[in-house]
Amino acid sequence: MLTFTLRRLLVAIPTLLFISLVIFLLVDLAPGSPLSDIPLTVPPDVRQRMIEALGADQPVFVRYVLWLRQFFWVEPAYLLDGWFGTNLANGEQRILSWQARSPVFTIIGERIPQTLIVIGTAYLVGVLIALPIGIYSAYRQYSAFDQFGTLFAMIGFSVPTFFSGTLFIIIFAVWLGWFPTKYDTQLEVTDWASFVEQLRQMALPVMTLGLANAAVISRYMRSSMLDNMTQDYVRTARAKGMTERTVVLKHVLRNSMIPVVTVIALGIPSIFGGAIITENLFGVNGIGAALIGAIHASDLPMVQTLAFIFAVLIVTFNLIADILYGLLDPRIRYD
Amino acid sequence: MTDATPQATVKPEKPAGSGRAIWQQFRSHKGAVFGLAVLTFLVLAVLIGPYLWQPEKLSVAQAMKVRNQPPSWQFPLGTDQLGRDMLVRMMQAGKVSLAVGFVAMIIAITVGTLIGVLAGYFRRLDGPLMRMTDMFLALPLIPLLLVMVMLFRDRIASVMGPELGAFTLIVFAIGITSWMQAARIVRGEVLALKEREYVLAARSIGVAPRRIILRHILPNVVSPVMVAATLGVAEAIITESVLSFLGLGFPPDFPTWGRLLFDGLQYMQLYPERVIWPGLAISLTVLSVNYIGDGLRDALDPRIRGR
Repeated sequence: MLTFTLRRLLVAIPTLLFISLVIFLLVDLAPGSPLSDIPLTVPPDVRQRMIEALGADQPVFVRYVLWLRQFFWVEPAYLLDGWFGTNLANGEQRILSWQARSPVFTIIGERIPQTLIVIGTAYLVGVLIALPIGIYSAYRQYSAFDQFGTLFAMIGFSVPTFFSGTLFIIIFAVWLGWFPTKYDTQLEVTDWASFVEQLRQMALPVMTLGLANAAVISRYMRSSMLDNMTQDYVRTARAKGMTERTVVLKHVLRNSMIPVVTVIALGIPSIFGGAIITENLFGVNGIGAALIGAIHASDLPMVQTLAFIFAVLIVTFNLIADILYGLLDPRIRYD
Repeated sequence: MTDATPQATVKPEKPAGSGRAIWQQFRSHKGAVFGLAVLTFLVLAVLIGPYLWQPEKLSVAQAMKVRNQPPSWQFPLGTDQLGRDMLVRMMQAGKVSLAVGFVAMIIAITVGTLIGVLAGYFRRLDGPLMRMTDMFLALPLIPLLLVMVMLFRDRIASVMGPELGAFTLIVFAIGITSWMQAARIVRGEVLALKEREYVLAARSIGVAPRRIILRHILPNVVSPVMVAATLGVAEAIITESVLSFLGLGFPPDFPTWGRLLFDGLQYMQLYPERVIWPGLAISLTVLSVNYIGDGLRDALDPRIRGR
C-alpha cells in the first residue's frame, strides 16, 4: 500500500508542474507582457519589487522558476510565519492582486469559507439524495421508480446548472417568494433567526448544485449495485437464509460502494468548477466569483493563482480517489 | 423448460444489412428516437426558420415602441429591451450554438482519434502520449478556458473581426481541451484490434503501418468514436454557453443561446420568458443529443443488437 501511495504521489508532481507551466505560459505568451499591464495605481517601488520578484527581464525559463518559487516557497513561508510567528519569509515580495493591492492569498483565504459552506453542503445533499435513489433503482430494476430515476438523471445531466439555477430563482424566489434571490455574504449566524435566514439563502444554490450532482452519482450507484446483485456471494447469502435487508444493505451495498466512493472523491474538483457558475448566479462571494471578478478586472496574478488552485484541487482529489480505491479494493494495488 | 417459445425458431429472419440492423435497434430505443426528432426539429428550425420567418424591418423609432413586448402574433416569442424579435434572435443564436458544438466536436474527435491511434498502435509512443492525456485531464477546464478567452479575445478579434474571432477562439479552445475521452477510447480499441489475425496478416504481407491504420483499424473504431462524438457535441454546447453565460463568450450582437440567457438575466424578474427560451433550447438540445448517444451506443454494439 505504501509503494502504491508513493507511486501515485510521484505521478502527481509532474502533473502539477505541467499544469503550472500551461497556466504560466498561457499568461506569459499572451499579447502584452503581464508586467507591462500593471495598473498605474500600484506605487512605483512596489512595481519595481514585483518586476524583480518575477524577473521580468530574464528568459522564460527563469521567469517560470521564479513564479514557482513565489508560489511554493514564499507564500507557504508567509503562512507558517502567520501561524508560528517565525520569520521564514524574510520580507520577500508576495503575489499581489492588482485590483485590491493586497496579497492574493489573503483574499483567497477570506473567500474560501464561503465557497466551502455552500459547495460542501450542496455536495453532501447531492450524495445523500443520490445514494438511496441509486440503491432502490438497482434493487427494483425497470420498475416505475427506476424509470423515473433514469429520467431524473438524464435531465440532471442535460440541464446546465446555470439554467436550472435561473429556473429555481424564477420559481422559488420571484414567483413564490420562499427564498431570497441573492446570497447575503454579510449575514452572520448569531441566533436562531439568523440561522434560519442562512438556511433560506443557502437553499437555492445548494438545491441547484446538489441536484446536478445527485443525478450523476445516483447513476454510478445504480450500475455498481446492478453489477454486484448478480454475483455468487449474493446468492450464497440468500441461500443461507439472510433477510433481504441484510443481503442488500450489508453485502451488496458495501461492495458496491467501492467505485462510488472514488466517483464521489473525483467529483469534488469538478464541483468547484461548477461553483464558478453557481456563485456568480446567486452572488455567493467565494473563489469562483473571485475568479470571474479578477478576469473582468484583468487582475492577472489573481487569475493565475486561482486557476492554479483549481488545478491543485483536481490533482489532490484525483490522488485521494486513487488511494481510496487502493485502500478499499486490494486487487488494484498491483504491488 | 417445455414451454419454450416456438415462434422464435419457426420464423427465421432474413439476414439484414448491418446498417438496417443498427437502425432497427436504434428505433427500439424510445429516448433516442425522441432525441433524434427533437434535434432534427431544432436543426431545421435554425437552418430553414430564418427563411420562413422574416419579420418586416423596423426603424429605430418603431423598434423603441415595441420594446419588451409579450408574445403576440407579430412577435411569437416577444421582443427584447431593444425591440428586437426574440424568435429571430433565437434562430440566429441557435445556428451559432449548434455550429460551435459541431465544429468543436470535430476538432476534439480528430485530435483524440489521432492521439488514440498513435498511442495504441505504436508502443513507443504509448507511454508519453497517455501521460500527456492524463495531464490534460487534470487541467481545470472552465478556469483555463476563461483565461484563454480573456487573454486572446481582443488580439484575435483585431485580426479576424469580432464575430469570426470569437467563434474561432472558442471553438478551438473547447476543441483542444476536450479530446482526452476520445483518445482513451480509441487507444483501448486499437490495442485490442492490432492483435487480431487480419491485422497480423496484413502486416505479414508487408503492408505499411499507415495503410494498416487507415484500411484495417480506423473503420473498426468508428462506432465508439461516433458515440463519443455525439456526447462531445452536447459537452461543447454546454461549455460554450457557460462561457457566454459568464460574459466571456460571444459578443451581444452575435449571440448564442448562452449569451441570450446571460442578456436575459438582468430582466429575469420582469420578463422570465427571456431566460426560459434560450435555457430550454440548450437543455433540449443537450438532452436529445445525450439520448441519441445512448441509443447509438446500444445500436452500434453487436452484443446488444438483436437481443
